[in-house]
Amino acid sequence: MTDLPVTDVKAALKPPRNQWLDVWDQFRTHKGALVGLVIFIAIVAAVVIGPFLWRIDPTYVDPNPVNMLKLRNQGPSLARPFGTDQLGRDMLARMMAGGKVSIAVGLTAMALSLFLGTLIGVLAGFFRRLDGPLMSLTDLFLSLPLLPLLLLMVTLFRDSLSQALGVETGIFLLIVTAIAVTSWMHTARIVRGEVLALKEREFVLAARSIGTPSRRLVLRHVLPNVMSPIMVSATLGIANAIITESALSFLGLGFPPDFPTWGRILFDAVDQMQLYPLRVILPGVAISLVVLSVNYIGDGLRDALDPRIRGR
Amino acid sequence: MLTYALRRLLIAIPTLLFISLVIFALLELAPGDPLASQPLTIPPDVREKMRAALGLDQPAWWRYLLWLKQFFWTEPLHVLDGLLGTSLSDPTQRIISWQFRSPAMDVIWARLPQTLWVVGLAYIVGVLIAVPIGIVSAYRQYSWFDQIGTFVSMIGFSVPTFFTGVVLIIVFAVNLHWFPSVYDTTLRVTDAASFWKQVKQMVMPVFVLALYNASQISRFMRASMLDNLGQDYVRTARAKGMSEKVVVLKHVLRNSLIPVVTVIALGIPTIFGGAIITEQVFKVNGLGQLLITAIYANDLPMVQTLTFIFAILTVAFNLLADILYGVLDPRIRYD
Repeated sequence: MTDLPVTDVKAALKPPRNQWLDVWDQFRTHKGALVGLVIFIAIVAAVVIGPFLWRIDPTYVDPNPVNMLKLRNQGPSLARPFGTDQLGRDMLARMMAGGKVSIAVGLTAMALSLFLGTLIGVLAGFFRRLDGPLMSLTDLFLSLPLLPLLLLMVTLFRDSLSQALGVETGIFLLIVTAIAVTSWMHTARIVRGEVLALKEREFVLAARSIGTPSRRLVLRHVLPNVMSPIMVSATLGIANAIITESALSFLGLGFPPDFPTWGRILFDAVDQMQLYPLRVILPGVAISLVVLSVNYIGDGLRDALDPRIRGR
Repeated sequence: MLTYALRRLLIAIPTLLFISLVIFALLELAPGDPLASQPLTIPPDVREKMRAALGLDQPAWWRYLLWLKQFFWTEPLHVLDGLLGTSLSDPTQRIISWQFRSPAMDVIWARLPQTLWVVGLAYIVGVLIAVPIGIVSAYRQYSWFDQIGTFVSMIGFSVPTFFTGVVLIIVFAVNLHWFPSVYDTTLRVTDAASFWKQVKQMVMPVFVLALYNASQISRFMRASMLDNLGQDYVRTARAKGMSEKVVVLKHVLRNSLIPVVTVIALGIPTIFGGAIITEQVFKVNGLGQLLITAIYANDLPMVQTLTFIFAILTVAFNLLADILYGVLDPRIRYD
């Protein structure tokens, strides 16, 4: 009994492994996801830290017309690594500013959509009385033509909102809300399914039998257990929101021209793409890289969070 | 099964009515003025008359009911008239588009062929590519083919269609001059030369959309094949001494196609509405482009009618997908 080898004792004394450590170990084996994570962090870092190092104002147009004409449409050089656009604005600075807005829209819209989806999913799954109406609401939203409605919402309300709240905040809020309102349904369905299964488990019964009120039951016992599907839909939600925002900007219905986002920069460059293809390629590659890396992260997370795959 | 289908059909009616109400309310709440583009010099009384001519002097609920009546009663009657040569719908007013000053449905019918040709063909091509790729990817899981296929499909649905389209235009239209960058809708196919021209201008939009569709469907196909390849009945079939070809292409494929078919059916409504961006890139004047211009021009009847048609298609194909699932998979019982 007492003569265990030293290594065994050490192994036995090691603290129990936390679930998220296991998930991370599995996640590391997915090469694509790891590369995606590195690229995503690199882009976010470049967009957030970059403007502090590259201190040119992205909206700066030289007030002297002669200088402005000279500065227009420059190719890449040492002083202007990405060249300048049709008004002589620095493309590198614009790309960083645009990235900040695009990623901010992606993250905020994803957070809002997850909040809505989780709220509706948990309510529908946990309270039987709400299940019917909330799920028919979800089905109703699923059968709406989403892209046309999104276009409609953004065009119809952009003027009044930008008057009420200022151009930038108004349109930011409008686009984020519009994307969230049209994308919460899948999260709600997945969460509801998980909650329905969890509700019948013993630990919920145990918690209920010691008199835990419904609110705490949901927040402390049910929600932590549905975190994994929520995280997977979070990554997909970021990708979806970034693509939707840039599509809106590409149709000219997104942010105003002096407020760059990647979609907007691309839209502005399309008119002159035959002469200056680089200006189209840069924002397009940026959008595609972010979405691709986020999708790979989502893939890796899905595998890592699936206990059937984990540990094999 | 029949009762299930009937019940779903009955539920679809209030759903659609509600959707139409939502669209109408959204348009009604919007601050846009359809007369905003008219010159400011028009005297106020004339402006009032113009508003009355557009029906804007009526209360909102009245206009909603009028639109409902026009959409569900007058327009079908008009189609019937066209087919039978009768004049049942004659005295009543059809839905008039404000920007075209002509019946909205006529404009929609005129735009439909372009959309159906380009987007529909892209969908078919996408499905035809996706299914074999999905089969091979799953059968040889983790082989180089699977790795490349997964990577390409990942790129296919991560890269937005407006970017793929623009890149294709830069490479093949601007630099190589192989294909035209703008889709010419006035082209009539009369002989071999014009047919060839039509093919050339369809290559790029069809390719962009087909890549996008194929990447999504091939992932579903692969996942579904993988689910089935591990099942017991596959081992039984192999143990009976059936050839690999029969096992994979007959037993596994037929079972794996069940969920994929429903996914394909669910994607069909997007043929009509979802290609808005691609149509914009290649200047195809189909339904998506019509919607965009109508939104820009504040053409409320057109926007309402088009969006509602998209809604009908979405609801109808949702229903069809559910019923197909039940028909194809006898294990599914709806009753």
